[in-house]
Amino acid sequence: MAVATSYEFLDKVIHATPDGEKIRKCLQCGTCSGICPYGFAMDYPPRSLIAALRADDWLGLLESDTIWLCVSCFACANVCPAKIPLTRGLLATLKTEMLVGGSIPQELQVALGNSRRYGNALGEAPSRRAEWVKGSPVPVPVLTGRKEQTDVLWFVGDYGSYHPRVQLVSQAMARILHALEVKFGILGAEEVSDGDAQASAGEGGLLALLARKNLRAMGKYSFKEIVTADPHAFNALKHEYPRLGLRHPVKHYVQFLVERLGRLKALLKTPLPMRVTFHDPCCLGRVNDNNIYEEPRELLRAIPGVKLVEMSHNRTLAICCGGGGGGMWLDGFSWEKAGTRTTDWRVKEAIVAGAQVLAVACPYETPRFEDAVKSTGNEGKLVVKDIVELLAESMFG
Amino acid sequence: MCGEVCVVVETLRGEVTDITYTLLAAGRQLADGLKTRLTAVLIGHEVQALARTLGKAERVVCVEDASLADFNPDAYLRVITTIFEPHPPRVVLFGHTALGTDLACGAGRRLNIPVVTSCRTFSVEHAELRYSALTCGGKIIATGRLPAPSCVATVMSGGYRTEDGKVEKTPAIETRPVPARLDAARTRFKQYIEPPAGDVDIAKQPILISVGRGIQSKDNLALAEELAQALGGVVCASRPVIDQEWLPVTRLVGKSGKQVKPKLYLAIGISGAPEHLEGVPEAETMIAINTDEKAPIFDVAHYGATCNALELMPLLAQKLGQ
Amino acid sequence: MDIVVLMKLVPDLVEDLEIDADSGLLDRSFLRLVPNELDEHALEAALLLKERHGGTVTALALDVGDVDEALFTAVAKGTDRVAKITGAGFDQGVGNQRLAALFQEALADVPFDLILTGTQAVDDLDGFVGALLAERLGLPYVGYVTRIVPENGKYVARKEYPGGLNADIEVTGRVVLGIQAAERPPRYVVTSKIMEAMKTASIEEIEAGDAAADAEIRVTAMSLPESGTHAEMIAGSAVEIAEKLTKLLRERGVVT
Repeated sequence: MAVATSYEFLDKVIHATPDGEKIRKCLQCGTCSGICPYGFAMDYPPRSLIAALRADDWLGLLESDTIWLCVSCFACANVCPAKIPLTRGLLATLKTEMLVGGSIPQELQVALGNSRRYGNALGEAPSRRAEWVKGSPVPVPVLTGRKEQTDVLWFVGDYGSYHPRVQLVSQAMARILHALEVKFGILGAEEVSDGDAQASAGEGGLLALLARKNLRAMGKYSFKEIVTADPHAFNALKHEYPRLGLRHPVKHYVQFLVERLGRLKALLKTPLPMRVTFHDPCCLGRVNDNNIYEEPRELLRAIPGVKLVEMSHNRTLAICCGGGGGGMWLDGFSWEKAGTRTTDWRVKEAIVAGAQVLAVACPYETPRFEDAVKSTGNEGKLVVKDIVELLAESMFG
Repeated sequence: MCGEVCVVVETLRGEVTDITYTLLAAGRQLADGLKTRLTAVLIGHEVQALARTLGKAERVVCVEDASLADFNPDAYLRVITTIFEPHPPRVVLFGHTALGTDLACGAGRRLNIPVVTSCRTFSVEHAELRYSALTCGGKIIATGRLPAPSCVATVMSGGYRTEDGKVEKTPAIETRPVPARLDAARTRFKQYIEPPAGDVDIAKQPILISVGRGIQSKDNLALAEELAQALGGVVCASRPVIDQEWLPVTRLVGKSGKQVKPKLYLAIGISGAPEHLEGVPEAETMIAINTDEKAPIFDVAHYGATCNALELMPLLAQKLGQ
Repeated sequence: MDIVVLMKLVPDLVEDLEIDADSGLLDRSFLRLVPNELDEHALEAALLLKERHGGTVTALALDVGDVDEALFTAVAKGTDRVAKITGAGFDQGVGNQRLAALFQEALADVPFDLILTGTQAVDDLDGFVGALLAERLGLPYVGYVTRIVPENGKYVARKEYPGGLNADIEVTGRVVLGIQAAERPPRYVVTSKIMEAMKTASIEEIEAGDAAADAEIRVTAMSLPESGTHAEMIAGSAVEIAEKLTKLLRERGVVT
């Protein structure tokens, strides 16, 4: 099953990925390596990777472990003039080959092993996935055992369920759904990780395994659409789950709430006089050409008092928080190899843009950016909030 | 020895180990309860001087030979079997250690008697002997009767004070001959491999910041180091951190590592499994930080909190510096 | 070198453990069983020996819970042969004395040079299965092993002692070794390889005979440790807890 030569690998890339054959048209322009946030620390940034494959240096590629610096941010794929599917086709496939060969940083192994055994990367008890509901100020219906139809299945995700900081985001989301009188429910302990980040870390098989469990659970209930606060889950549910059987429409909450912007605006009573900048999550933007850039900004502009400022890298050029592609579980590794963090750059950019609040829309980002605010010595200067937390603050005071 | 209580002494490099005194304390309790004799079995080479420290027992049975100078599982097992056959005692106690457990199960099987492992304490009621054992990572206490007429039990440290196994009395010392064909033992001690030198001796440190699985990544160790600096202490760890090679084995606290008795033991992201707790039998102040409110460590710590340790550490370091 | 690895599924400590009101013992109905961590180390140690010195690796386990997943994972890691012992009532929990008897029976026709298994498991109460089996087979046993080096027809096993000390014990002939840690952490195997193993490999089934265990013990009761001596819990935000702890440490004279 393992690939033995560069040509076998290229064959795999070409046949397994839509548009895979475009890899043959690489001009070696180097824009991909240039825009890659960790390109400077990689032995083989994307351009060099293709060069190495053309030179049949397969063993050299296998010996290097810097592929694990790739955070699947799609910056390279987005900017490639030949439109080569670099992130999904080339980089993720190389990560898979590394895994097949048994080469994986220990930190990542723990997260993937946890995902497989417990259905969440954090290694938390599956039966406690909906414990956070107990601390919610409003009721959060868990669908287990219920027969009645509901409108929205809210896919909470690992971090929204288990991480203490992100549970606050889940609570804010619950309050907003209630205020908008949305009929919703969650899968509770029947939900497992969406599998998106694990797949971009090379474990497509694990996504398939997790997806089967999620789809089996979803199949028991009746609902019209799926909404999530997690761009990674959004990406997987929208792009991977349909070929595994999912038929429902999938939305990130920014899309769902913008659809109800009129009603939402009427509820945003308390002004929040702050300068806010928005960090575009890769999975809403560049990844798979989702291109959702304006909805989050519409929501922020709807909050009275908010002044929106932009970081110098925004929308398609936004710099990844470093959480994707397994990066969420490779902090020690990345720090050792690169000696710097993209989260730190982003925090500095936010401050330079004059922001007081860094607004996010992804569960990885709240804890990552809060850590970065501390490690860059900017405590008190910048606050990190998910958009729903800001909306809730304006709605409920 | 039929009907008696016996303790198999554990020695390491010419010294009686602490667990032996735990065994003697437990053995004394059982023997008194049954109104019978407590015998200690001492295997080694030139161990007469050691025998004199085992006064909690009425007598010490010694088997000495050059080939028994260092622990040798197969040879020691042969000796034990010849001593206890054909009428095994009421209870044979071994330490629940790397040395004791190698022998306990084999002895049980050779004597055809049951083995109860991980015992912490015993009780005697009307000649009925009961054990209390810790299992499932310390989350479950199992109790039952020590099977009659004879059984083996392994005892973990912590259930008895080692002082209660010591007394200023010299026991009667008996020497038994070395069994035949000891040279046919299938195991042979080759050499010791010393732990790496040059690192801090955590057993001598008054302030320890101990990290466990909850530290999540090697990266976060820096937070523990900062806190250690602010406290004037040293970072140590439980097994999962050492296995990942985030810290050298000299920093391991636990059954397989060092035993520490510090002034302050700050346990970060450590659940409190018995193997780890054996490494910190006493701490003047133990504070545990773990997001799981049911973690066994909270039954042992003096103070605890269920907040996120990664958040707490820098804040605590900061406050201490003020 | 033909190596047999004995694997056991044990209660997962990530979930809460409950006591069954009727039996007074561990409630096994909702218990999640996972492979014993040290058995995974034993398998890793066996695979490393095979990679270095050739031979075969056979994994043997009792048919309980998700044992199939564990055995197919072993195949995906490079195990040559996997087998499970089938029988009634195993889900009620099997003590180590009985397990050793079952393993002895199953190994009757299996040739081996070396048997590896985890030194211990979290639910051990009546002895260590490796040590018990060794005696049944008339073989020597060394536990807490972290390294195995074949040398001149013998094995040198590195044994872990307390305090970071280690010792090399030379063993002659066939032996059962209780593994405490493999030389490297158990390898990761990608999910697709496990899925493939499930399609292409097969698990042999060995029916348990009437191997009875003598010397079993009975546990009369199980309980959760009392919070009698529970820690004084400090509540509040991380900032508040940091403040309270600092005050506490100063009051107790730990810091100035």
